Amino acid sequence: MNQNLYNYILGIADNSLILGQRLGELTGHGPSLETDIACTNISLDFFGQVRSYYQYAAKIAGDKRTEDNIAMLRKEREYVNVLLVEQPNTNFAYTIARQFLFDVYHFLFLTELEKSKDLTLSAIATKSLKEVSYHQRFSTDWLKRLGDGTAESKEKMQEAINDLWTYTDELFHQTEADKAMVKDGIGVDVTALKEVYYKKVNEILEEATLEIPESKWFQKGGKQGIHTEHLGYLLSDLQYMQRTYPNMEW
Amino acid sequence: MSTKNWPLWEVFVRSKNGLEHRHCGSLHAADEDMALENARDVYTRRSEGVSIWVVESKHITASNPENNGEMFEPAHDKVYRHPTFYDLPDEVKHM
Amino acid sequence: MSEEQIKSLEEQFEARIARDEKIEPKDWMPEKYRKTHIRQMSQHAHSEIVGMLPEGNWITRAPSLRRKVALLAKVQDEAGHGLYLYSATETLGISREEMYEQLHTGKAKYSSIFNYPTITWADMGAIGWLVDGAAIINQVPLCNTSYGPYARAMIRVCKEESFHQRQGYEIMIKLANGTPEQKEMAQDALNRWWWPSLMMLGPTDAESIHTEQSMKWKLKRKSNDDLRQQFIDQTVPQAELIGLTIPDTDLKWNEERGSYDFGEIDWDEFWQVVKGHGPMNKERMKARVNAWENGEWVRDAAMAHASKKQQRKEKQAV
Repeated sequence: MNQNLYNYILGIADNSLILGQRLGELTGHGPSLETDIACTNISLDFFGQVRSYYQYAAKIAGDKRTEDNIAMLRKEREYVNVLLVEQPNTNFAYTIARQFLFDVYHFLFLTELEKSKDLTLSAIATKSLKEVSYHQRFSTDWLKRLGDGTAESKEKMQEAINDLWTYTDELFHQTEADKAMVKDGIGVDVTALKEVYYKKVNEILEEATLEIPESKWFQKGGKQGIHTEHLGYLLSDLQYMQRTYPNMEW
Repeated sequence: MSTKNWPLWEVFVRSKNGLEHRHCGSLHAADEDMALENARDVYTRRSEGVSIWVVESKHITASNPENNGEMFEPAHDKVYRHPTFYDLPDEVKHM
Repeated sequence: MSEEQIKSLEEQFEARIARDEKIEPKDWMPEKYRKTHIRQMSQHAHSEIVGMLPEGNWITRAPSLRRKVALLAKVQDEAGHGLYLYSATETLGISREEMYEQLHTGKAKYSSIFNYPTITWADMGAIGWLVDGAAIINQVPLCNTSYGPYARAMIRVCKEESFHQRQGYEIMIKLANGTPEQKEMAQDALNRWWWPSLMMLGPTDAESIHTEQSMKWKLKRKSNDDLRQQFIDQTVPQAELIGLTIPDTDLKWNEERGSYDFGEIDWDEFWQVVKGHGPMNKERMKARVNAWENGEWVRDAAMAHASKKQQRKEKQAV
């Protein structure tokens, strides 16, 4: 089995899994029925992507692994999503900020992944790009509404951006699997996306009349499985059934 | 306390090219961009559409059913607008 | 308008309905018709929205990715159905916000079944199978009800809901055919949801206050007791097929009637839950009120932004 390719896929898929799970928490609790339905749609897009990635990873592993035990039966240190996506739904501004900061990256990333030599990854990227293009539109529009809305919403939106900013740099860190896959023409060189990313994010923040955070201190570790305290709780929900009732079909 | 609630919009969806947009329901949105996005998320979840129109409900002018007599009944006896009004010999099969 | 004129309008109105004509929003209608429809339609919408909560409770804990997406899509549909129904009700001259207000203050009711807790995964199966099963029986006749917007909303709802019951029954099949532990989980869920599902079809005909008028307006085509019998007759064989036992020792096939006889329903429990004393009434309402109140600044911001955008547009045009 190509361990690097396997790890590389998890590095992409775990982001979608954790963010999809976070959005799923909101179903039924959104600020309006319409936004509720929209956020659930985004969550469903993520889980669709997740299933394609994990099914492919399971095939590469070629053993007893399945999409479900890859998704739900790893230990906390084995999840390699970025810290950004595991941050909680503190309020709707945090949900939007997290989504926006991830969507801009995700779109750039998939645009490159589409060119991958690996045809399965390339096909998943093509399909996901359409979804993510819409996610980006949704989160950008909401960022502008909340940034350039009322004084209260501006304050909340700014606070969320400031708090989550510290997790953005990690998006552009390369793992060992990344380096190997870039070399093989399969993976995306994320370091090359950084400049465009911040340029784009900053432009939109300005348009939303928000300030670009000055902080230059960034958190990292997610890609190495060193997470914030939030992930453990998310996983205890996600894994509850599989852990409590091992080896059963649902 | 909210000063203003999101206004109501009417949604029209074209199910495929070649067909007209049809009214499929309404929703709430703060502005036209949001109305379009909400319409996409609410009314095309099962691939029901290829094109969407939204219009704020207050911009629709509707006829009043109380005037239905003068509005619509005068058309009832204008049977000469319909092909069946005209007599043709049976030999003419298609016209 | 004189009393006589109103009476003649009412007669014409009832005659139209009797002829199966549809009533549309701008048509003249008796005040009672409008009020009854606002009550029933908003109650229906509230049930969809509150109904998202017991199932939403298991989204983060669904046992597989396949189950998770199905559940997400189902709960999302319920939001959609609430939305269609609120919109249809708005055509009668009440705003969604007013309807929320009635829900949040306890003035408006919703289906009492959602005041029971979902404590195991099997409850997702039981809800889909039984609760949606009972709902479908109630809803299908409404596709043909007299008020146009309601009928149209229901056509859309029924079309979309066809996967909901299957989704639930499939969960039950899988559990019933699974390990002893899984089967026990399924039986336990059936035991807890069976009676509330029967109650969900409404009080007995003798106690139902709205039935006769509702029949005339095609808000109802069959009596509560008939619907309940239909539900039992169709569900018992489905339980047998997967080896689960209906928790009713009096349940027996009646050859003569061609229907099942069944045990007594605990109507006292039903009325207690309706009055707000169910296990989850307070939590359900709190969740709805919280969502609405926590969302207020978001909705306000969107309106403020929209008006800023509009002003900028107007300025540019000058």
